[in-house]
Amino acid sequence: MTPRMPWSARLGLALTLLFALLALVGPWIAPYDEARVVGEVWEPFSRAHPLGTDHLGRDMLSRMLYGARRTIGIALAATCLSFVLGTTLGYLAATLGGWVDAVLSRVVDTLMSIPTLIFALVVLAVLPPSVTVLILVMAVLDSTRVFRLARAVAMDVVVLEFVEAARLRGEGLGWIVLREIGPNTLPPLLAEFGMRFCFAILFLSSLSFLGLGIQPPAADWGGMVRDNANAIAFGLPVPLVPAAAIALLTVAVNLVVDWQLRRATAGRGA
Amino acid sequence: MHPIVALIARRLALGVLSLWAVSLLIFAGTEILPGDVAEAMLGQSATPEAVAAIRRELGLDRPAWERYLDWLAGMLRGDLGTSYANRMPVVALVGDRLANTLFLASVAAAVAVPLAILLGIVAVRWRETPVDRLLSAMTLSAISMPEFFVGYALIFLFAVTWPLASPIAAVHPGMALPDRLAAVALPVVTLAFVTVAHMMRMTRAAILNVMESPYIETAELKGLARTRIVLRHALPNALSPIINVVVINLAYLVVGVVVVEVVFVYPGLGQLMVDAVAKRDVPLVQACGMIFAATYVLLNLTADVLAILTNPRLRHPR
Repeated sequence: MTPRMPWSARLGLALTLLFALLALVGPWIAPYDEARVVGEVWEPFSRAHPLGTDHLGRDMLSRMLYGARRTIGIALAATCLSFVLGTTLGYLAATLGGWVDAVLSRVVDTLMSIPTLIFALVVLAVLPPSVTVLILVMAVLDSTRVFRLARAVAMDVVVLEFVEAARLRGEGLGWIVLREIGPNTLPPLLAEFGMRFCFAILFLSSLSFLGLGIQPPAADWGGMVRDNANAIAFGLPVPLVPAAAIALLTVAVNLVVDWQLRRATAGRGA
Repeated sequence: MHPIVALIARRLALGVLSLWAVSLLIFAGTEILPGDVAEAMLGQSATPEAVAAIRRELGLDRPAWERYLDWLAGMLRGDLGTSYANRMPVVALVGDRLANTLFLASVAAAVAVPLAILLGIVAVRWRETPVDRLLSAMTLSAISMPEFFVGYALIFLFAVTWPLASPIAAVHPGMALPDRLAAVALPVVTLAFVTVAHMMRMTRAAILNVMESPYIETAELKGLARTRIVLRHALPNALSPIINVVVINLAYLVVGVVVVEVVFVYPGLGQLMVDAVAKRDVPLVQACGMIFAATYVLLNLTADVLAILTNPRLRHPR
């Protein structure tokens, strides 16, 4: 029944798993510490430094490996939190309806009428750019998108007979949300998770690139692009290394998501 | 009154309401810190007297609602406040920068919109062929890539390896239009690259949606050529969603400029806002945030109004 996985999705899945592995073991297999100066500024690729050195003479490969865990870890944490927040509120809005739904939906509409990056910049003008603040800001802003989807799919389920039956049985709100609606709305939310995760990676990297995300000397991919941007003027492709890693990871995840979405629509006979 | 006028008037009133809500959120966004900007500006070593002095000077000793009303009233008069960093009126700092950003965004839009619609039509005409699949793979990659990767890759290729364009998009007042266009060539391509991908995918989906209708099947069974079906039968009915797609992506473009401006050191509003955030210059950040958000809201409003206007069912009610 399941159609064969196309080569693009296989490639995407393989690359995603590779990145996940690197994020897990990165700091242990890194040849040097992320903050240690081990050579000259912007040394070319060599046996000692396979990806060269950065603008302070630190090993690029080691920083890439440390950065993998930080970039992917923070983006993943923000995405998970935004899903917990977005689905909980979305399910509640759909189940309770009435003024709870009206208030939540209006608040989310207003939040979504400001572009995410712009609102994040406004908030970061007063908040310190610590990891906790970054995760919270990203999660809250992104949860608006999750809320919309979770509410929409839950709305379709809430009117079905088995939810009615549970209500008549006298089940509480917790049961209805967790046992009746939750499991029946999971598949569309899973594809959305991949997309939100990609967005979180790009968003975090953009903030770090603008100098407002993760602060030096901690290595993260967006910040590494910023640190080494001047190398381009000397004809060195140094900032392209972390930038390409971000691009490769997001393209890989999107290939898998795209396949999932295609499969979902194909099932409906479209 | 024609019902369509009432419909548009309602939408415009809603737009004004959401602009007000946006102003409230942006102001609240800068108030969520338990301390305040005075403490953040001076750092931990500040004496309580110094903090109190700054607070008085910036007017932070007044309650938040009073400052919000002042700020809102000032905006309505065209007064955006005074920068903390250099004590200049924010309007003077923003003026030229906004013009530069709008110039960059409009040139990018002029390139991106025709290209995206053309590619969308091509993808539908040769649907499920290698052309369509190649376009689909390319646009999927393009929308997944960070703007700065595209930007630096373009600089590396076309400003360093083959020096065809300038790596830094320096523009100054009084620059002739051809020089100005040459200066922004690479940022325009960067912005267009990402926007075209979004717009083309949505255009393709909009036309395909119409292509599912029974009347298209009739046209196919009549034996009409595929190009003719796509251009003469499907496209006119897909126009309304396509206009919507274009305007929504223009809104995206206005925000996308922030990162692109920083990559190319372009003197625009995005660059100004990022610098202001780093300096914690709250009035300037609020003003830039408000301008970006207002542009976004207004473009989305335009999309809705155009959607109403291009819908024949609403134009000619029975």
